[in-house]
Amino acid sequence: MPLFQIQELTHYFGGLRAVHKFNLTLRGGELMGLIGPNGAGKTTVFNLACGVYQPTQGDIRLNGTSLLGLYPHQVSGLGIARTFQNIRLWYNMTVLENLNVAQHCHLGYGLSDLFLKTKTYREGEGDIHRVSQDMLEMLGLRDVANEVTKNLPYGIQRRVEIGRALTMKPRVLLLDEPAAGLNSAEVVELMRLIQWIQKEFQLTVWLIEHQMKVVMNICTWIQVLDFGATIAEGTPDDIRQNKRVIDAYLGEEVH
Amino acid sequence: MKQYTLAVATVLLLVVLGGATALGLVDPYYQLVLMFMGVNVILSASLNLINGYMGEFSCGHAGFMAVGAYVSSVLSVSVFTKDGRLGAALFSPDLAVCLFPVILLVGALAAAIAGLLVAIPSFRTRGDYLAIITLAVNYIVKSIIENTEAVGGARGFMGMKKVVDHMGEVVDLPWMMIWVIIGTVFTLLVIRSFVSSTYGKGIVAIRDDEIAAELMSVNTRRLKIVVFMISSGLAGLAGGLFAHILGYINPGSFTIMKSTEALVMVYLGGMGSLSGSVLSAVGFTLLLELLRPLQLIKWVVVPFMLILLMLFRPEGIMGSREISDLFPRLRAYYRTGRE
Repeated sequence: MPLFQIQELTHYFGGLRAVHKFNLTLRGGELMGLIGPNGAGKTTVFNLACGVYQPTQGDIRLNGTSLLGLYPHQVSGLGIARTFQNIRLWYNMTVLENLNVAQHCHLGYGLSDLFLKTKTYREGEGDIHRVSQDMLEMLGLRDVANEVTKNLPYGIQRRVEIGRALTMKPRVLLLDEPAAGLNSAEVVELMRLIQWIQKEFQLTVWLIEHQMKVVMNICTWIQVLDFGATIAEGTPDDIRQNKRVIDAYLGEEVH
Repeated sequence: MKQYTLAVATVLLLVVLGGATALGLVDPYYQLVLMFMGVNVILSASLNLINGYMGEFSCGHAGFMAVGAYVSSVLSVSVFTKDGRLGAALFSPDLAVCLFPVILLVGALAAAIAGLLVAIPSFRTRGDYLAIITLAVNYIVKSIIENTEAVGGARGFMGMKKVVDHMGEVVDLPWMMIWVIIGTVFTLLVIRSFVSSTYGKGIVAIRDDEIAAELMSVNTRRLKIVVFMISSGLAGLAGGLFAHILGYINPGSFTIMKSTEALVMVYLGGMGSLSGSVLSAVGFTLLLELLRPLQLIKWVVVPFMLILLMLFRPEGIMGSREISDLFPRLRAYYRTGRE
């Protein structure tokens, strides 16, 4: 059974068909790329996968369980975490608090534990703090742990956002244009980071990216979307030479 | 020592204020002002949970206060005196001394249930709906009370004085002062525990970015309802205390005016600052009392001062900081105590 499977996913915004018969199978351990021109429906596919929208047709399954009809917080609790195209951290909270709150699905205590400060509560909070601290350590963010996130430079914010998604202990990590707004040195660092977290946490990564350097270098398999439909998929080399992809998206000067 | 700060502060407050009152050192008028301060602290701190920490806008806090006030008053009068609907007193009035907190809690619980009923439909949608719905609820509660003869209708409801006075006869202590102090500390304790937990910090995440919160596994709808219930429950507690301090309540005490006062205290103190709420509630109560000689002109002066405040310090007295943030050494002291 595949880890994550999308079948014949179709979504309409009113009369506009944003996604048409999209299929995806992730067996686990891939680094899957999703590319395509602006407005092709890439982020819509991500939003459908996370439960932000309910698809008009089609099915999405994680480990064989259908995700249709679930609230986004339930989907994320089942093991799908994501980052956003324009960073969406909680800007008035510290880095540590950002990482803590993302573990709401792993809270081991209830309200009565909270108010009575029971052992369950103290242990639950302790576990959460430990996970966050370890994550900050691994991502080299320990120095900024108590900084309010709105005061951090953009590159660090990206890193914090990835860290926040990882503390949810996801099976599948969705990255929506992780390299947007980063300078070339930061992009190299980011590529290394993505490959490292994929190995370290045995994650399946699915990413949207416009920088071909990133996609072609780190993805094992790439899917190309245009007008909501898949026009090609294959290894980076296949995609680079695919006539339809060159016409629709890449243009003549391929990297 | 560090973890006992609050307990020590409470005992000190109880001993100093309670003792001074018991010995007759405090003028009854000042007693009243002190007790109203406590009630206002509860009101502003609990409303801050919704309007400050969570960033939603509720403007019918007095409605929930009314529920708490009437439920606890009717209960204490009918249980402990023969004037109530139940005929003879159900329990001996002597028992009021120990059963009074139960009565307050029942009032708070009733207000929390009222809060639940409001929260379920209003959090289906986002944005201004909550403001409109809570405004309507405030009016509905007031009208229902006005038209219910059983609780005195527009004339109001009384008899609580007897219960409170009787408590004083059984054990000669300033009972209401004591319960106001305990109620205020309880409120602050509940709110602080909540917002310092990872679960409670979810409401700050909702304020900052609700969609991100939902996608990062925060059950936003449930959390909002829980917060609304806690907040309205505490407003009910404030109502119960208020009713028993005065010994008389009427629907006119719980109008939109009262809700506005609570809102003013929240924004005056700073959204998302618990110590700000306490400071502003204390300051606002004092201000209103100091300006009492101005009579009606008070309601020109106070709003004018608010306008000035909003112009020159829109984030409120404390912003979103706490007192401990202003004194780094104090903060360091408590941080080492926690870990």
